[in-house]
Amino acid sequence: MAAVFAVVAPAGAQHATAFDLEDGKRVYDLSCANCHGPDGNLIVGIDFGRGVYRREFSNDQLADVIVAGLPNTPMPPNPGMSHEQALRIVEYLRSMSAGRLTAADGDASRGRALFEGKGECLDCHRVKGVGSRVGPDLTAIGQLRRAGDIERSLLEPEAEVQPENRFYKVTPKNGEPVTGRLLNRDTFTVQLLDLDERLRSFRIADLRDQGFDDTPMPSARRKLSSQEIADIVSYLSSLRGGVAP
Amino acid sequence: MNGIGKRIALLALVAGAPLEAQVTFDRVLHAEREPHNWLSYSGTVSNQRFSLLDQIDTSTVSKLDLQWVWQARSLEKFEATALVVDGVLYTVQAPNDVVALDAATGRVFWTYHHENAPEGRACCGRVNRGLAILGDTLFMGTIDAHLLAIDAKSGKLLWDTVVADAKQNFSITMSPNVLKDKVIVGTAGGDMGIRGYIAAFDAKTGKEVWRFYTIPAPGEPGNDTWSGESWRTGGAAVWNAAAYDPETNLAFWGTGNPAPDWDGSTRLGDNLYSNCVVALDVDTGELKWYYQFTPHDELDYDSTQVPVLADVEWRGATRKAMLWANRNGIMYVLDRVTGEFLYGKPYVKHNWFGGFDAKGRVQRLPGMDVTKEPKLFQPHVHGAINWAPTSFSPRTGLYYVSHWENSGIVAMEGLFPQPVGINRRQTGMGQVNLEPFFNNYDEAYGVIRAYDPVTLDPRWEYRMADITWAGVLSTAGDLVFGGGREGYFLALDARTGELKWRESLGGQINSAPMSYAIDGRQYITIAAGSSLFAFALAEEQ
Repeated sequence: MAAVFAVVAPAGAQHATAFDLEDGKRVYDLSCANCHGPDGNLIVGIDFGRGVYRREFSNDQLADVIVAGLPNTPMPPNPGMSHEQALRIVEYLRSMSAGRLTAADGDASRGRALFEGKGECLDCHRVKGVGSRVGPDLTAIGQLRRAGDIERSLLEPEAEVQPENRFYKVTPKNGEPVTGRLLNRDTFTVQLLDLDERLRSFRIADLRDQGFDDTPMPSARRKLSSQEIADIVSYLSSLRGGVAP
Repeated sequence: MNGIGKRIALLALVAGAPLEAQVTFDRVLHAEREPHNWLSYSGTVSNQRFSLLDQIDTSTVSKLDLQWVWQARSLEKFEATALVVDGVLYTVQAPNDVVALDAATGRVFWTYHHENAPEGRACCGRVNRGLAILGDTLFMGTIDAHLLAIDAKSGKLLWDTVVADAKQNFSITMSPNVLKDKVIVGTAGGDMGIRGYIAAFDAKTGKEVWRFYTIPAPGEPGNDTWSGESWRTGGAAVWNAAAYDPETNLAFWGTGNPAPDWDGSTRLGDNLYSNCVVALDVDTGELKWYYQFTPHDELDYDSTQVPVLADVEWRGATRKAMLWANRNGIMYVLDRVTGEFLYGKPYVKHNWFGGFDAKGRVQRLPGMDVTKEPKLFQPHVHGAINWAPTSFSPRTGLYYVSHWENSGIVAMEGLFPQPVGINRRQTGMGQVNLEPFFNNYDEAYGVIRAYDPVTLDPRWEYRMADITWAGVLSTAGDLVFGGGREGYFLALDARTGELKWRESLGGQINSAPMSYAIDGRQYITIAAGSSLFAFALAEEQ
């Protein structure tokens, strides 16, 4: 059993924190996904992942619908739910469609070219044995994450970083700072994979400073168009494992 | 004669019990007379887990050296505390193999294997916390809810009593208590809908003498604290060792959470005697008093910690007290004669505690109940501590607790909460081997703290990066031994908390240290990963 809550950096949706989204997703999966489906597209005329609703709602209006239900429709009321909780679900729904374009709108082959070229993704990531080990290996990312999640990671890379992908910076008492992906940590030592892909281990007694560092992953918005991002999402979604040819 | 030599000579005098003598209950009751042995789970019936041996002290501990390692053939968590009787060490290879070792070399004399029935299972690992001994007989509870008597010389089975039906989710994980002519155990399985109980058996025959249900039946006081038929499956398991007070002939057990764990709507009421300490007459099993730490628990705040008995100065008088660092994040001082609540206060970050009423009943802040709407709770369902033994040193007068700080989101989804948040890996149940650890600094960490048993204020703390499931031992050498999931075995100055010595053992520490001596040489043992390690001062060349 494990469940410990960590406050993290603000996430993509306006005013929503990563916790809000996580919490919203959780309650969505628990209370809403039975009818709407995990991707929010099982009811005709509604597709949360693409921002498609039967009519336009403000966030507050949508939260009211979640709490009160819609009379004469299958949408039931949730009388035990607070407006604040419902708003967190709304934030999650908004985040599902935040990128607007989805994998279905992209071209995987163009995405691969962008991934390996203009996007410079292989500088940190690795696919089927090609690229850097500093960032997460994406060989099977299409099996692990949905297109919307991948898109969110491209647009807001700092919003949610898996614990095993966090970056850490140590400053030896007699040396230059070293940054790398955190591999392990205990009371007396720290282990990193540094930016040169070297496995490094430090004794905390030898350090002047240490701590988590921002992710070095830039937002794809900086250098890629919406279409190019959709192409890369499509390519990444197609990665289902395998080894180097 | 140097300082170590003097202490060895003293130990030789203290070691007055004849070798190979039977372990009478008088020896168990007065174990402080023979500190070279470790005759019950906590060393003494008061559960202070304090060793009078002082060869290893703050000035010599830097010379601690590994003497032997015994590797268990088991990948279950190694939670047992060994017994040592006149040079022979007895422990349990999880789930239920009894092993006798030469305590000086770690070499095996014999192994007894118990084949658990396939239906035998436990909520949280097929673990065992240790043995009890009386005469030449060892006693062990099993995962399939048997109580076994095993000959300590030959390792042969003497009797096998079925305590409860494993098919009904009963199991036994605790070390039994030998009290007078009885061996007493409690039943685990509280998360799986048992009706818990404590039962006493004749140590010679294995015949049941008395039974105390931790949930009263209809017509008995307390049954009205369970709505409907919920008392039948309400949990309140017992899975850790009792303390015993010979002056009152009372033994004290902590009881587990009510079931179902998080959904209290099906069991309205206080749910007695879940999350209590119950004081039972050892001869009859009669309930003399109880105190409930968490009425109507919805957060799995088991009260199955090991009770620690100590006499403390309280408002100008010496009180026969019981110290209790509870899983709910509150530390308590009770009068062990009457059960009177003396004092309590939180010892970790908390957000549900609303103080005590005039009778010492804990109050929950409004709105801090578990609902379908997720809420942040401090401490989380893992609590501030789980079962790991604490320690009291009569020399320093301090109460030592190995525990952790944490918080988490809980929502009611039937029996189990869904983890929320990106750090969901960090406080899982203990595993045998070390694995990479990623959490951030402030959300969850293990810590050993020394508390003033009167004010319950911390005097010092030693903080770890990872959490800890390990218990602590204090010694007359003014050291506190402990560890954690990182696999470091630590020796701290009992008065200051200063780290005096450490060793990396390569596996998680999910047990508690103990100490013994052979021929005047003091040993400290700790289980880590799948192995038991014994340390002593390096011999001079």
